[in-house]
Amino acid sequence: MHEIRLTVNGRVERATVPAATTLLELLRERLHLTGAKEGCGIGECGACTVLLDGAPVTACLVLAVEADGRDVRTIEGEARGGELSDLQKAFIDAGAVQCGFCTPGMILSARALLDRNPNPTDDEIVEAIAGNLCRCTGYEAILQAVRLAAERLRGREASEGRRLPAEGDEANSAMKGGG
Amino acid sequence: MSAELRYVGKPVARDDAIDKVTGAARYTHDLALPGMLHAAVLTSPHASARILKIDTSAAKALPGVRAVLTGDALDYRLGLYLQDKRILAREVVRYQGEPVVAVAADTLDGAREACRLVEVEYEPIEPVLDPRDGLKEGAPLVHPDLGTYAHMEGVFFPKPGTNIAHHQKVRKGDFDAAFASADVTLTAEFYNPPVQHVPMETHATIVQTLPGDRAEIWSSSQSPYTVRHLMSVCLGLPHANLRVHVPYVGGGFGGKAGLHLEPLAYVLSRAAGGRPVKIVATREEEFNTLPSRQGLHSTVEIGTDKDGRIVALKATYVWDAGAYADYGVNVGRAAAYSGAGPYVIPNCWIDSFVVYTNKVFGTAYRGFGHLEVLWGIERAIDRTARKLDMDPVEFRRVNLLREGETTITGEPFTSGHGSPVECLDAVAKAIDWGRPSEPPSEPRKARGKGIAMLHKAPAMPTYTSCAAVIKLDEDGAADVLVSGVDYGQGTYTVLRQVAAEELKLPIDKVHVTWDCDTAFSPYDWQTVASRFAYMGGNAVIEAAADCLRQIRAVAARALDVEADEIVCEDGAAFAKDDPERRIPYPRLALGYTFENGNSIGGPVIGHGRYIATGLTHLDPETGQGLPAQYWTYGAHGVEIEVDTETGEIEVLDIATAIDAGKVLNPKLCVGQVVGGVVQGLGSALWEGFKFDEHGRLLNPAFVDYKIPTAKDVPRRTQQILLENPQPGGPYGARGIAEHPMISVPGAIGNALFDALGIEFTTLPLDAERVLLRVRERGEIG
Repeated sequence: MHEIRLTVNGRVERATVPAATTLLELLRERLHLTGAKEGCGIGECGACTVLLDGAPVTACLVLAVEADGRDVRTIEGEARGGELSDLQKAFIDAGAVQCGFCTPGMILSARALLDRNPNPTDDEIVEAIAGNLCRCTGYEAILQAVRLAAERLRGREASEGRRLPAEGDEANSAMKGGG
Repeated sequence: MSAELRYVGKPVARDDAIDKVTGAARYTHDLALPGMLHAAVLTSPHASARILKIDTSAAKALPGVRAVLTGDALDYRLGLYLQDKRILAREVVRYQGEPVVAVAADTLDGAREACRLVEVEYEPIEPVLDPRDGLKEGAPLVHPDLGTYAHMEGVFFPKPGTNIAHHQKVRKGDFDAAFASADVTLTAEFYNPPVQHVPMETHATIVQTLPGDRAEIWSSSQSPYTVRHLMSVCLGLPHANLRVHVPYVGGGFGGKAGLHLEPLAYVLSRAAGGRPVKIVATREEEFNTLPSRQGLHSTVEIGTDKDGRIVALKATYVWDAGAYADYGVNVGRAAAYSGAGPYVIPNCWIDSFVVYTNKVFGTAYRGFGHLEVLWGIERAIDRTARKLDMDPVEFRRVNLLREGETTITGEPFTSGHGSPVECLDAVAKAIDWGRPSEPPSEPRKARGKGIAMLHKAPAMPTYTSCAAVIKLDEDGAADVLVSGVDYGQGTYTVLRQVAAEELKLPIDKVHVTWDCDTAFSPYDWQTVASRFAYMGGNAVIEAAADCLRQIRAVAARALDVEADEIVCEDGAAFAKDDPERRIPYPRLALGYTFENGNSIGGPVIGHGRYIATGLTHLDPETGQGLPAQYWTYGAHGVEIEVDTETGEIEVLDIATAIDAGKVLNPKLCVGQVVGGVVQGLGSALWEGFKFDEHGRLLNPAFVDYKIPTAKDVPRRTQQILLENPQPGGPYGARGIAEHPMISVPGAIGNALFDALGIEFTTLPLDAERVLLRVRERGEIG
């Protein structure tokens, strides 16, 4: 058994887990955060996507002990203070939700993209969510939702006078290859 | 009527979206009950074998194991239309992946460990792997006892002593004579492999047995009442003893209709002393153990006159039912009465054989036989047009069903059916049919265009019915209760729009109750066949009218006028001559109280229902009759680019036209069309089961079975929704949910011929198949 300590959606959590426990099991069964789903158990469908230190991971392939000392964000942490995030609103407005089983993972993959690149090209959006399977929507509305969220985010940042990373920005383009 | 609509026809956002974007939506997958056990199954490694011995002693001795069951202990038969299945295999196994032993334990790991400790001794039997072999004289029998199985009589016709679970015939005119005298004829063969539905939530269920032979069931099901009914039949229990809950469902596409893991969870819970038992299929079990779409071998013969009129069409459909009939027999039936495409066929002969094999069994999958048969028909139509030296669009236009003609089962085609020809013309225009493609992006690539028609009617029993209940709340808001399941289609949002429209209430005051519960939600047959918005919509309209009748009656007494003088508008009732004295719904919802305290009326609860009308059984010898409540027609036009060095196909443009009758919610409707088209691309380009020579499935995981990803979205999609109203449909609407995926393969196959000049007859049109044919041609030519 292993003692671990991690931050989940901003709260410190401690747990004692067997070495084989996955991060997904820890989240769903111990912490009752069931937004992350198991769709295949082998890291192929993306339904269990969460953010580990800001990067999207398939939680079914990450051991809970690997998350020791790290920061985990799940869909339950996406809305802040009862207010839906730009991405959540955009998914609703663009009609990007059908059965909803892939939606939490899809939003978190998109979140990771927009956090590092608020000005993504269509190819970058596709690349960011290519590991998240959706059987209902045909993806068009999801791509549209991410574009919409990015537009709104940029609009807000512009109105707040922040510098936007330009396309071709070194830091920005370095992250494109991540997929 | 439509000019005054406030909500129907508007892009209302789905009300379940907020639960789904926040992770609050609870699926069966997410539920846990106090004391809940977890189940695992040991499945057959053989396609066909006798079970000689099962030793469960080591499994039973494992700490934390609460129940270990084998088929011997379970004398039950299951089946939707034909009772051919056991909860766990008994004496023989009939497909690789069939559950043989089930364990319930404190933990899932414990249940899986116990399964590993079970020893089963098998004696392999020669399997039937190709349904065409299964039809031959002397073939091994998958079900030697077929003659003893109970089945829906008068509709399905299993043939004892053979592997035929059902044979559906259509006979119209004199095919032989007409084909013999035809000016141009074509005979062609086609094949579709079995494919998986791939709902993102695999099948999941929790069952808790209760004292007094009762049980409570939670299931990721499309059909709460059918789960209850089939379990009641299987277990010999009164319906009232079984209560079925359906929470949010993570996709279904037909694969979660009928009955699946629920009886197994039931017997495990009973064996474990009433502890709740949860079974969640692994993705591998979803492929190996849960049903798929059936494979199909088609032979199509078409004869035309020299002017391009089809004079005769014969089709022989041999379905690979797999080990159990499930929905497959009804797929075979529907595919026969729809099996000539949306064309005028004066002389038609169709045989549709649903044949048992020793493979994972088939069931309903979005489009229900139509994607499969129209792959062959729409390719054969194109080939016939070319033989005639006719433009494929013109050939279709000449032969499409039109007013005054009859379908192949003798149903008169009317203006109320909508317009197949308008759909054809719309997609032809959308892809600039007749204008050559732009040059390919690279010299090694080739471009082509293709068109295909589609049609489908709900395949359902003649007595299919459903109901809706609307309750008004203290604040005058309305709760709509139904038992159709919204597993992603958006039907609840549409029903909410309909209820708001009919009740004259602002839409934010109308709610559809999520989580079906057979204890409270009124009856619905199953959420399948693109019928829920149509039938449920009509039931909601009637329930709303019932509410308004009650409101008017009470308001009339309150205002001292006749009930027919009462007008309801914007959540209030008033006399038409005195719109100033309005009584808002909150003062009527539970009854009206006069100033002196006297009260009248009572809680307003409306009830509405709908039953299929005028449908007939089909004549067993000729297939003549009325199988369809309504038909929905459509067409796809595609432009593709194919890489002759890799075999990969890129879809540049796909235009889809569907005659929806009335678009109840354009945002949801377009969402259904895009989603269906991309799912159809899966069947067209990538998906298909691969079996080895022993009948073992080789690609039961996402590693080897690829469904479309975001990278596979066509460069352009177009949705064209026509509105030729359907008599009897809610606001004139027809079902559209399945249709977008039908005929996507045919359109792509036709475009591929246009690009390469190679005839493809087998799906999927994956890179390997395309490249091999390109190379073969290179060597020949």
